Order: sequence, then structure tokens, then C-alpha cells
Amino acid sequence: MEYAIEMIGITKRFPGIIANDNITLKLKKGEIHALLGENGAGKSTLMSVLFGLYQPEEGTIRKDGKQVKIHGPNDATKLGIGMVHQHFKLVHNFTVLENIILGDETTAGGFLQMAGAKARVVKLSKKYKLDVDPDAYIQDITVGMQQRVEILKMLYRNNEILIFDEPTAVLTPLEIEELMKIMKNLVAEGKSILFITHKLNEIKAVADSCTVLRKGKYIGTVDVASSTKESLSEMMVGRKVSLQVKKAPARVGKTVLEVKNLTVKNKISGKNVVNDVNFNVREGEIVCIAGIEGNGQSELVYALTGLIKQESGEIILDGNNVANESIRKRGMAGMAHIPEDRHKHGLVLDYSLAYNLVLQTYFTDKFQKNGFLKFNEINKYADKLIKQYDIRSGQGKVTKTRAMSGGNQQKAIIAREIDRNPKLLIAVQPTRGLDVGAIENIHAQLIAERNKGKAILLISLELDEVLSVSDRVLVICEGEIVANVDPVKTSYQEIGLYMAGSKRGDKIG
Amino acid sequence: MGKKFQGIFNVEKSSSILSSLAAIVVGLFVGFLVLLVSSPGEAFGGFGTILIGGAAGMRAVGQTLYVATPIIMTGLSVAFANKTGLFNIGASGQFIVGAYVAIVIGVKCTFFGSFAWIFALLGAILAGALWGALPGILKAFRNVNEVISCIMMNYIGMYLVNYLVKETVFNSLTNQSQRVAAGANVPKMGFDLIFKTGSRASSANGGILIAIAAAVIIYLIIEKTKFGYELKACGLNRHAAKYAGVNEKFSIVMSMVIAGAMSGLGGALLYLAGSGTAISVVDVLAPEGFNGIPVALLALNNPIGVIFAGIFIAYLSVGGLGMQMYSFAPQVIEIVVAIIIYFSAFALVFKGVIQNFIKGRKAKAGGESK
Repeated sequence: MEYAIEMIGITKRFPGIIANDNITLKLKKGEIHALLGENGAGKSTLMSVLFGLYQPEEGTIRKDGKQVKIHGPNDATKLGIGMVHQHFKLVHNFTVLENIILGDETTAGGFLQMAGAKARVVKLSKKYKLDVDPDAYIQDITVGMQQRVEILKMLYRNNEILIFDEPTAVLTPLEIEELMKIMKNLVAEGKSILFITHKLNEIKAVADSCTVLRKGKYIGTVDVASSTKESLSEMMVGRKVSLQVKKAPARVGKTVLEVKNLTVKNKISGKNVVNDVNFNVREGEIVCIAGIEGNGQSELVYALTGLIKQESGEIILDGNNVANESIRKRGMAGMAHIPEDRHKHGLVLDYSLAYNLVLQTYFTDKFQKNGFLKFNEINKYADKLIKQYDIRSGQGKVTKTRAMSGGNQQKAIIAREIDRNPKLLIAVQPTRGLDVGAIENIHAQLIAERNKGKAILLISLELDEVLSVSDRVLVICEGEIVANVDPVKTSYQEIGLYMAGSKRGDKIG
Repeated sequence: MGKKFQGIFNVEKSSSILSSLAAIVVGLFVGFLVLLVSSPGEAFGGFGTILIGGAAGMRAVGQTLYVATPIIMTGLSVAFANKTGLFNIGASGQFIVGAYVAIVIGVKCTFFGSFAWIFALLGAILAGALWGALPGILKAFRNVNEVISCIMMNYIGMYLVNYLVKETVFNSLTNQSQRVAAGANVPKMGFDLIFKTGSRASSANGGILIAIAAAVIIYLIIEKTKFGYELKACGLNRHAAKYAGVNEKFSIVMSMVIAGAMSGLGGALLYLAGSGTAISVVDVLAPEGFNGIPVALLALNNPIGVIFAGIFIAYLSVGGLGMQMYSFAPQVIEIVVAIIIYFSAFALVFKGVIQNFIKGRKAKAGGESK
């Protein structure tokens, strides 16, 4: 069997952790090979080794059977290895064409030769059915299109081995389907693809074989067609995972949050991004706000939590209107918030884990006396949460949260917010970018809180999550709540229609 | 597990100190090269003077402490602001307005008697705080970059003080501010008796104790209090601080207020030292304000480190003065001292190198044992 890339016995250590422990990965020519593992399993490290960003302590890399040394990204490019990063590396006010040729320009006498480049880009775009307009500006095209530009960049450089780093994390369901088609076209034309992911559906849909990593160790390589989602997830997590969310019927109590005529204006455009919204959340239920990204969910949450000021309306928390209260007062009144952007809002990344775990409570008498922090208490509390919520990090409570994996960062935030014992928990895309094991864990925790009688407002873009976790679904479209449906009685298709704005339900306050 | 944690703490701490020392050594070496180029024959003697001049006799030690006092204060000012994510390049302006208010109180308010110095210092703290508050307010509420507004405030402070000195406490013979009353000078606290060579007393006084106390207080605020926790959180991630309910605008203003107060106090400690210095009415920004920057950098923004960094730089300056007995041009002396100071400021660069080195070795050792 001919292999495009063989990584044999790769070992890479970091202080306190073995990121890759004797890992073997063999990519056949013309196949889609999935690399599956939880966050922190060592996928990124392995790819960085392949890209020459890290030098492994042990192990060899072979390209087409010949041993190679890769000392940096330039070496990797020379060997025909290209990568689509999770966060695109594009210049927003450049055209598609300019972005593609950037760094690999054809010039004559110091002048750019765009015509030839354009012809090549158009040809490549046709060949692989990418359908990209070379003259469009990046800022004007969708995220899905931007990703195709990244793919074109690799093709333009005649890369043979294409690495996709969690390419679907940023795409809508339709875009994901199209990406899958493109990937199939690419391998049909003789390219080889390494597909980094933790989404089992996608692996089943496109991959030929799959290598699984767990906690830095090589677990195995399997043929995808002959394995099930359950067996893959078991390999990944190391135990049986239930892909179905189990929950008892909701026992709904009194209203905790009532939003009345809430309107939020965008300061720059002057448009109402949240328009006269009314809804409530009661004890013991998970209410989910579903919608396509950018339909006012973020602004709605910012207004509820006090990060921005609403134009008008009331936010009644446990009987009191908190619409004009400070963030701190809302927090003290029982509102907890798992923010959408865990790096921007959720964590002070350069603070230790212990400091981050008391970010919402450091000022309480438990952790300070006369203005002085009680370090013993903070450390004890951090150890307790780390143990209770299984937050993993290289150096325990003194780890800078920047050095932690995304899943564990999120676990830390959730631990902090839930442990405050709030009345209302606002969770914004709490499982974004996380793997099956972590998602299962977070869903279980949300449901446990609901069973304890907490009111939970969940904002999610993932329909699977919306339908499986929530007790009631509100659909938001262009800043308005357009439907209030029961997840048991509705379907993917119906919610999809509401989300796209082509259907409106009865407005229920 | 416990041992592992300790190991990591030690890497952090020991690499900080090592890096500052490494930066100093490299600075000294380059400084020596300059001397060698400018006057090969005297290079060794001159360099020796820089190295030991600051400790040549008790008087020199006293002078070192005296010169160190104001730059410890401005170093604290810069380091504190840095810790909270702000770059206080306005220490010079805060320094001079503090100095002016201290002198006015010292000259005019004779009714305070021998306690006048306490009121003068308090006045200087308030004045410096106000001068720091303005850029802080602009930053917090209008998102004006504090570097720009601080530079503006430096010039406003300098010209305003020149004008006010002329209007209020001017000595037209010396073109300087008038002498303060005896009670307005910071007490000597016996320093003049300890640090003297023969009958020549140094200018050392209780100010150095005040500076050290200020450093300890700043250290406690930053590292031990809830207030410091909030200020640092704002500096590291303003959005997360806001999310956590910290009043991030207030925090930014308070950071600048405290930084300004430190510089203002520094101004007072320089001019209330009883050494005969007074504010000259010239259009030059107070250099102590800018010297605070390398002091803070050399100390890696650690308030306790600032004490040592300030004394070290003062030591070089005093040693540099001794070099005049050789035939070096005064400019060369200044250049050499400046080179050493500015190389010292590369401590952060050295820290990265040393930390990687130590960690690399530890990781290897750890890996093998596993």
C-alpha cells in the first residue's frame, strides 16, 4: 500500500504533559483520513509536528516512503503539505484572487501578473466545483466561501496533502454538506486529506479511515465503513457514551425571568437588533433560543446580563426589574452567565485557574476580609471545583487558563457559574467547539441543574442540541421571537423554516 | 503533586531574578566596550569607578540612596500601571506637579511647623493623583490612548509648573523655586549621621524609607487585595472584568490615580530632601519620570524588585559621577550609564530565554525518569 505521509512513533513532550506518546498515523494516497480525539488529545500537537512547528523528541516522518525532516512551515509547503486552519488567515480588504496569490505572486519586472493567476484560479475553482468569484472581497463573502478560498490557496500551491483543522466548526448545516462534497471531489482528483474533527457524523459521511487519539496516546486506526458511531466515540472517550440525552419530564415552577418588550438598538446602524421581545423562563425548565447566528441572540444576552444597555423594556428577575441594575447586582440577584466567547468574556486567560474560578465571587466574604484576598480559601475552593467538575490542566490550580484546552476552559467556566447556585443560568452556546465527551458532560450538568429547579436559558445554534436538551424552544429571527414550540412535537424542518424567517408561529409572551 | 508545583514556582521566580542579573551583565559589557572605544587606556579605571564608585565610602552609599528615592517612586508608578495594563509615560508630569505642590506648601505654609513635610507629601500625592486621573478618565470613558494623553500632560505639567513657580515661589537670583522652610524637609532620621565620609554628610534622608514603604504597600495592593485582583483583571482582559461585574471604568481611573500619586510623591521626596535642589524654570521634562521606565522594566514590574532596580540605577549614576576624574567627556559617561540602564531593561527578553532553557532541561529530565 502506498502512503502519502507516514508519521511513525511520534513522541512530543511539554512540561508536565506528554502531548504525543508514540503516535503512528499513516495517510494513504487518495483517501480522507480522519483524526479523531477529544480536546487536548494531542491532535493539534501532532499536526504542528507535521507542519514543522514542533520538533518531536522521537519518531520519524516519511513522505512517499522517503524519510523527511520538517523544520518549519516552509519545509512542509515544499513537501506539498497545506492546511486550512480553523481560524482563516485571510486579508479582509483584499479580493479572493489577491488572497490566493499572496506570498506566491507571479511577477514580471516587479509588476504583478494577475491575468495568468486569475485564469489558474478560475480553472481550479471549476475543476473542484468551488464556485468562487475571484474578484469578490473577502469581507463581502460568507464564511463558507472564505473557507473555499483557503482551499483554493492550497490548490494554487499544488499541495497534495491537505489538512483540514476542524473545518465545520464555523459552518452552517448547508455549508457543511457542500464542504463534504468538495472534499470528495478533491480526493477523486488524487489529493489526500487529513481531516481533524471530533464530530462523528462527519467522519461517517466522508472519511475512509480514522485514527483515534486519547490523552496523547494512539488508540487505533479503523476502517470507517465497518465501524459505528458508538464504537468510534467509545474509542475516543474511553468509555461508553450515550449519544442520546436522557431526561425526566420537566417539573415547572414559578417564573424566574420575565422579559417584557425588550428592545436593543445597534449603536452604529441604529437598527433594532432585538425588537420588542417578550418571553419568560420558569423554575425547572430549559428554554432554548434557537436561530441562525447574528439574529440578535448575542445582543439579547448582553442586554439580559447587563453588558450593554437596552433601548427599552423590562427584565424581571425573581420579581424585581433589573433592567437598570449593574452586572454585579444582577449576578448577586441570582443570574449566572456562561458567555458565548469564553476567551473574551469568560476568562482572564493570563490569570491562574484558581483566580478564574473565583472571578464572580472573589469579593464575597468567603474569599476576602477587609479587602485582602484569602488565598487559603481560594485555593481550597479551586481544588474542590477542579475535583468535583473534573477540570484537567497541566499544573492544577496554578495553571494559566491560557494553557488549558478549550473543553477544560469551558468546564472551568461552567463549574464557576453553576457553583454560585444561581436562580437563572444563561448558557450561550455552551458546547461550541467541544467534543462528544465534553458535550455529554455539559448537557448532563444543565439537565441536573434544571432538575434541581433552576431556570435555564440556553442559546444554541445547533439544532441537535436545541431539540435534545430543551423543554421549550423559542425561535429568534431578525431580532424577533417568531415561534414558541415544544421540541417533542416539532421537527428539524419546522424549526428550520422558523429560523429562516419563512414561517411565523403564534407569538406567545 | 506538591513537589511539582514548587518546582514550577521556582522556575518562575529564579528565572525572574536570573534574567535581571543577565541583563545587567550584558549591559555592563556593552558599556565597557564603549569606554574601550572612546579611551582605551582609561577604560579599565573608568569602568571600575562605575562599578564601585557607588559604594566608595559611606557618603557614596548615602548619595546612592538619595538618588534612588525619586526613581524608585516613578519606577513604582510605571510598574503599577503596567501591572494593570496601562503604560504610564506621564510619570514626568505627575512628578513635577507633585514637586511643585510640595514646594508651595513647604514655602508658604510655615504654620505647620515641623510637621509641614507630612502635609507637603500629602499635597504632592494629591497633585500627582490628579495629574494621573485625567488620562485615566479619558481612557476609561472616551477610550483615548493613555500614552498620548500622558505625553500631553507631561508638557502641560511642565509649563504650568514653570509658570506657577514664577508667579508664586520664585527666586529670581537663581531662576529657581525658593527654599522650603526647614520643617518641610523630610526628616533625616539619622541617615546624615550614618552615611557620611569624614565631615561630608550625604543627602540621604528618611525619604528612602518612605519609598520602600510605598513599594511594600503597592506590592500588597497588587498581589494581596481584592482591589488589586480587580485592577489586574481589567488590565489583562477588560471585557472579562466587566463580565464579572467589575466597574472597569472606575478601575482604569484608579490605576492611573495611584500611579500618579506615586510619581507625585517621588517629586516631593526629591525636592524636600534638604539637599538644596529646587525646581529650575527651564523647558525640560523631569528626567526622573522617564528613568522610572527602565527601573520598572528591570524589576519586571515587581514592586519589591523596583526598590533594588532603583538602587542599582542610582548606584551607577553615582559611580558615573566619579568617572569625571578621568578624561572621559561627560557625554560618554552619560552614554555608558544609559547603555547599562537600557540593556538592563531587556530583562524580559532574558527571562523568556532562561525560562525556556530551564523548562527544556526539566522536561527532558522528567521525560526520562518516566
